[in-house]
Amino acid sequence: MTIAPRLEDRKSYLDAPHGIASWLLTKDHKRIAMLYLISITIFFAIGGLFALGIRLELLTPKGDLVSGDTYNKMFTLHGVVMIFFFLIPSIPATLGNFLIPIMVGAKDLAFPRINLLSWYLYIIGGIMALVAVAGGGLDTGWTFYTPYSTQASQTSVTLAAMAAFTAGFSSILTGFNFIVTVHRMRAPGMTWFRLPLFVWAQYATSLVMILGTPVIAITLTLVMVERSLHFPVFDPKIGGDPVLFQHLFWFYSHPAVYIMILPGMGVVSELVASVARKQIFGYAFVAFSSLAIAILGFLVWGHHLFVSSQSIYAGLVFSIITMLVAVPSAVKTFNWAATMYKGAVTWESPTFWVIGFMGLFLIGGLTGLFLATLGLDIHLTDTYFVVAHFHYIMVGGAIMAFLGGLHFWWPKMTGRMYSEPFAKASAILVFVGFNLTFGPQFLLGYLGMPRRYHEYPPEFAVLNVLSTAGATILGLGYGLCLIYLLWSLKKGAIAPANPWGAKGLEWEKTQSPPTTFNFDEEVIVTEPAYNYAGSKVHHG
Amino acid sequence: MPTHFPLFPPTASTVAVEMDLLYLFIVAICAFFAILVVAVITYFTLKYRRRSPDAVGADIHGSLALELTWTFIPFVLAMVMFGWGASLFFRLASPPANAMELFVVGKQWMWKVQHPEGVREINEMHVPVGRPVRVSIGSEDVLHDYFIPAFRVKMDAVPGKVTTLWFEATQVGTYHIFCAEYCGTKHSGMIGQVIVMSPQDYEAWLAGGKSTGTAVENGERLFTDLSCVTCHKPDSSGRGPSLLGVFGSTVSLADGRKVVADENYLRESIMNSQAKIVAGYQGIMPTFQGMVTEENLLQLIAYIKTLKPAAPAGGQGK
Repeated sequence: MTIAPRLEDRKSYLDAPHGIASWLLTKDHKRIAMLYLISITIFFAIGGLFALGIRLELLTPKGDLVSGDTYNKMFTLHGVVMIFFFLIPSIPATLGNFLIPIMVGAKDLAFPRINLLSWYLYIIGGIMALVAVAGGGLDTGWTFYTPYSTQASQTSVTLAAMAAFTAGFSSILTGFNFIVTVHRMRAPGMTWFRLPLFVWAQYATSLVMILGTPVIAITLTLVMVERSLHFPVFDPKIGGDPVLFQHLFWFYSHPAVYIMILPGMGVVSELVASVARKQIFGYAFVAFSSLAIAILGFLVWGHHLFVSSQSIYAGLVFSIITMLVAVPSAVKTFNWAATMYKGAVTWESPTFWVIGFMGLFLIGGLTGLFLATLGLDIHLTDTYFVVAHFHYIMVGGAIMAFLGGLHFWWPKMTGRMYSEPFAKASAILVFVGFNLTFGPQFLLGYLGMPRRYHEYPPEFAVLNVLSTAGATILGLGYGLCLIYLLWSLKKGAIAPANPWGAKGLEWEKTQSPPTTFNFDEEVIVTEPAYNYAGSKVHHG
Repeated sequence: MPTHFPLFPPTASTVAVEMDLLYLFIVAICAFFAILVVAVITYFTLKYRRRSPDAVGADIHGSLALELTWTFIPFVLAMVMFGWGASLFFRLASPPANAMELFVVGKQWMWKVQHPEGVREINEMHVPVGRPVRVSIGSEDVLHDYFIPAFRVKMDAVPGKVTTLWFEATQVGTYHIFCAEYCGTKHSGMIGQVIVMSPQDYEAWLAGGKSTGTAVENGERLFTDLSCVTCHKPDSSGRGPSLLGVFGSTVSLADGRKVVADENYLRESIMNSQAKIVAGYQGIMPTFQGMVTEENLLQLIAYIKTLKPAAPAGGQGK
């Protein structure tokens, strides 16, 4: 088959039909992906502004920039916005939405209307969150711990919980849509073990989404009911138990960490194979390690409760299972490294992001071992060590992978190339800035600086200044990235169908950007994924 | 801006050194693997860089031997960390029997400390060096967390429960107490100091402090004032079970269960008296929810703990 190489020659999903209604009522998975991309970028900017406020306040030991209450609202809203409205939807709802149907050789997701409904639920939840921000804010921490959230807080807890509740349904429906699509919509010849690893990772993520999210919905409902109707669930004065909340909350929110990082691992598997032009090393091990992480992820919630009066024997069980999660994560990392062996490794911009991801994810994963180790966690929990650890996973890992994926598939999604030198500069700025921001926080944590502190003793000042300096560089890196990507939409070179010379249906069987129904003729798959050695790559 | 640049908090308790060793052990293992992976990736990406636009990598699919190796080695190392961590955790969860006991109650936003001799203080805790100290922790409102970095100990203050931590200070000095569980507006102001003193200085300090009766004395007074004594008589003639020797014993409940009477059992029996009914008695005890403060509770429990079983006299063994 021939693919018309130039944007001008062909209509794409971006062209027909035009008009705002055609976007807001679209059922095309690619347009919905773009709607998500725009929305999560806005929420990322809002969450980033709160982070800026936090780092400015912590530049000095005294609480001299904002009041204690304002500071508490800033870190709470930073967490709520970044987690529920940026990280959880980020890779699945943008790259996953765009790529899963194309990667399995389908015209669209299994339920295009439900896909659009997901976006609307997300937007409704997002607007509720913004109304909560404007009308009183929220100061419970993103964790909503009881009894503070149900009895003490004077802020918009009920509305914010409603917002997260609503956004949760968006995530359940997206997961459901992906699972059905992978099961029912694969093209002839696309067997399970020919699926790109990105699809495997999204499949594992979707399982977590549909099994875990209902639990947070119930938990937040109980908080709302206790707060507004004084119905006793968590209040010990009337027979409730505040620690029950922590069990319910983390039963979802620990797996939610894997909702944020598993898709990133999927992106990295694609990028590593393309960067090295090589079959991924140990395909089955990488695929099954995603499932292993998804399943084990459900059994480790109690590692957040080692000092919360949980039974010490429960602590033992949660600690040992947490240690087991390290094994599939290590297996993935070693397989990615081994894929580079005897590869044909490019130094185009996606390589920078993928190596950056590996460096940061490695540190994030390894520091998880410190926290899984029972005795050591007593000292480290609730300190900046935890803050640094989860930012390495969820910002270092997940955002690096998201941006890597965005750079890799940008030509496919928009039909335009961006500036390579700026992309490399941005990856380096983000990597350096990130390490300078969060590296010192590990040291702060071991020194004993607790989380969520508005003021701190002067001996923590040097490390906090370094951290704020790093955050400035990190912000510049993200800002640069936003500018040249937007610039490329107008001025970037027209992208060919396969600018990287990569394998995969999205590169080989459809133009850039794809037409509305993705493929001109029925796709029949005859080879495994990443079959670089077995067939010629059509570059360009 | 301070000129010193510490990487470790002061090392001032018997567990602090082991904690630091465990930390450094894991740092060493992690640094080894991080450097290994980064070096391998750097080497491969440079050595095997793409030399022509159409070059592809070698046809390698994987290696079962390698997969098993890099599954097995991380597994073993993780289990070693688990074992060491668990042993330290159990040590931290097992206060020595001869420990002196302090009572700490957190409330927004202060720490109230009471010594066994009755001396009270706020946001300060004086302790003697070289003697194990067991701290019973309660909360009057929301979650808090009693954290002393120099001792490497931390425990949540949970409303509705009594939690404990213990330490044995090894260095005379003044160290931070932080609230480590977010509790609202002045969370970062809910801080204080542990003042570790030589045993002589501690005795002198205690003698100079204002005593309002020991915890046990206060508990005994409450036991009478709240009329606990009218039902919980020393012999078995009361409407409620005798509390002599109840602490630490195994209690048979009306529903057939057996529970160990620890601090949380006593606490629950006072605050939520219908939760567990002792076999052979009726659930007639009122709740004391709202009538006793967290400090009162700790005092009552301290008193009940001192009630030793009566010497078995005659044929009526229990």
